[in-house]
Amino acid sequence: MRVQEKIIEGLLWLSAAITILVTVSIIWVLLSESIQFFSEVSILRFLTEKEWTPLFADKKFGIMPLVAGTFLTTAIAIAVALPIGLTIAIYLNEYAHARFKTIIKPLLEVLATIPTVVYGFFALTVVTPFLQSFIPGLAGFNALSAGIVMGVMIIPMISSLSEDAISAVPRSLREAAYGMGSTRLQTAFGVMVPAASSGILVSVILAISRAVGETMIVAIAAGQQPRLTLNPLVPIETITTYIVQVSMGDVPHGSLEYRTIFAAGMTLFVFTFLLNNLSFWIKKKYQEKYD
Amino acid sequence: MTNSEKNRLKDKAFQVFGIFCTFIGLVVLAIFLIDIVIEGIGRIDWDFLTSLPSRRAARAGILTAWAGTLWILVLSALIAFPLGIAAGIYLEEYAKKTKLSDFLEINIANLAGVPSIIYGLLGLELFVRFMHLGPVLLVGALTLSLLILPIVIVTTREAIKAVPRTIRDGSFALGASKWQTVWNQVLPASFGGILTGVILALSRAVGEAAPLIVIGALAYVPFVPKTPMDEFTVLPIQIFNWTSRPQAAFLTNAAAAIIVLLLITFLLNGIAVYLRHRQQKKIKW
Repeated sequence: MRVQEKIIEGLLWLSAAITILVTVSIIWVLLSESIQFFSEVSILRFLTEKEWTPLFADKKFGIMPLVAGTFLTTAIAIAVALPIGLTIAIYLNEYAHARFKTIIKPLLEVLATIPTVVYGFFALTVVTPFLQSFIPGLAGFNALSAGIVMGVMIIPMISSLSEDAISAVPRSLREAAYGMGSTRLQTAFGVMVPAASSGILVSVILAISRAVGETMIVAIAAGQQPRLTLNPLVPIETITTYIVQVSMGDVPHGSLEYRTIFAAGMTLFVFTFLLNNLSFWIKKKYQEKYD
Repeated sequence: MTNSEKNRLKDKAFQVFGIFCTFIGLVVLAIFLIDIVIEGIGRIDWDFLTSLPSRRAARAGILTAWAGTLWILVLSALIAFPLGIAAGIYLEEYAKKTKLSDFLEINIANLAGVPSIIYGLLGLELFVRFMHLGPVLLVGALTLSLLILPIVIVTTREAIKAVPRTIRDGSFALGASKWQTVWNQVLPASFGGILTGVILALSRAVGEAAPLIVIGALAYVPFVPKTPMDEFTVLPIQIFNWTSRPQAAFLTNAAAAIIVLLLITFLLNGIAVYLRHRQQKKIKW
């Protein structure tokens, strides 16, 4: 009996330990291929060259254009999702009836369950033509419509995490604000939002991390032209799109071109890893402030 | 206007803005679903569902794509379900509060934040190159299982955590061992919650295209996969492929395929919501 218990506990432990194995494998895969890549292309070139053309005859290996493309689409997405998501969170907490909240929250979550390839289709076939009707210089592939659609997708992420943060603020703070004669708006922005600021910040950081790693929307609607620009109207390429682009072609395994996707993947992993851990750190440092 | 009137006006204005923001996402969603349905519904017929892919848009179907998606769904469930639940049970019921369990926890949170395309790179090197399995269904399912594992673990832990201490104490008092308590009391009581989480995770896996493209799943597969070792395509990849073509007829095909994909996703989510609702009603501690 005791032996059986021990075996079961061992098996359960093994299942949990697999998650560490996954992390180690990810880092090993990215590192081993990246190291081989950087033995042929210096890190200095990778970080400072202003063009990314590993698939052309004249090869340039500057990651900056891909980083710029990723930054651009992410910035647009956050510019859409943050004001809308935060306003929803405040509205649901300070203004809406509890019943309205229980109905609307799951509906908003639907936005997050739709496959990203579907959002990509939407960006390319609906949003871009619509924007072109009043932005004459807008190219068929562009960062703007991909970013906007990505922002819509991220709204529930910011709204529901921020809403949790705001509703965790003790009631007494809100009542004190009302007692001083504040309106709901003054209470929200003068008391509740500042008090929940660390939770809101965490939601934004996680949203940024999500947008940086998002693939199919940008692969479909933002183009495949690495370009060091912050112009949202022209085709660009993100890190994720580049990996997809190479995966769809037939680049031979073990070639320098093949390894570029791991160097690009490593860059992406470092960004999201830093963002995620920053959010954990903030959460840990500022949680239970009111307990 | 007095100061207090001004403030009240601002308050009202923000309320209107709040309603606007709350509905804008839903309105966009509605426009989008209506647009897709208008564009694609006419294309869906028996032939579309049962035809192989083709270079001619009018003859192309999604048989191989939805068959691949179903395979991936079942295989991922078989892999991620036992593994994720076992890990969740360990962390919630067995693990002591040590440095190691803290590390496991942070590690799982980190894995949940790794972009899906990175899992594709992992699958490509580990399963396709290192184990020489090729871009087959099993590899796709393994890759997606690793992707959804953190979600399954986290929801399992939450469901188990909701089972009150007294249930365990009662079981121990009757002389049950730790595992007997987990297996006979904790798991049955939390199973609804666990199942909800697993189904939501699977609905995420069904919509993924990027990691499968990276491991080398093809857009054009002219046969229905028969075993887990066959090459495959899935609906999201087929949609991506059709969306990338310039001809309008292929966009219509993509819209039709999206309707099928959304039906599968919404069905899975609907089941999950129903299970959660039933669970909440049934169990009163």
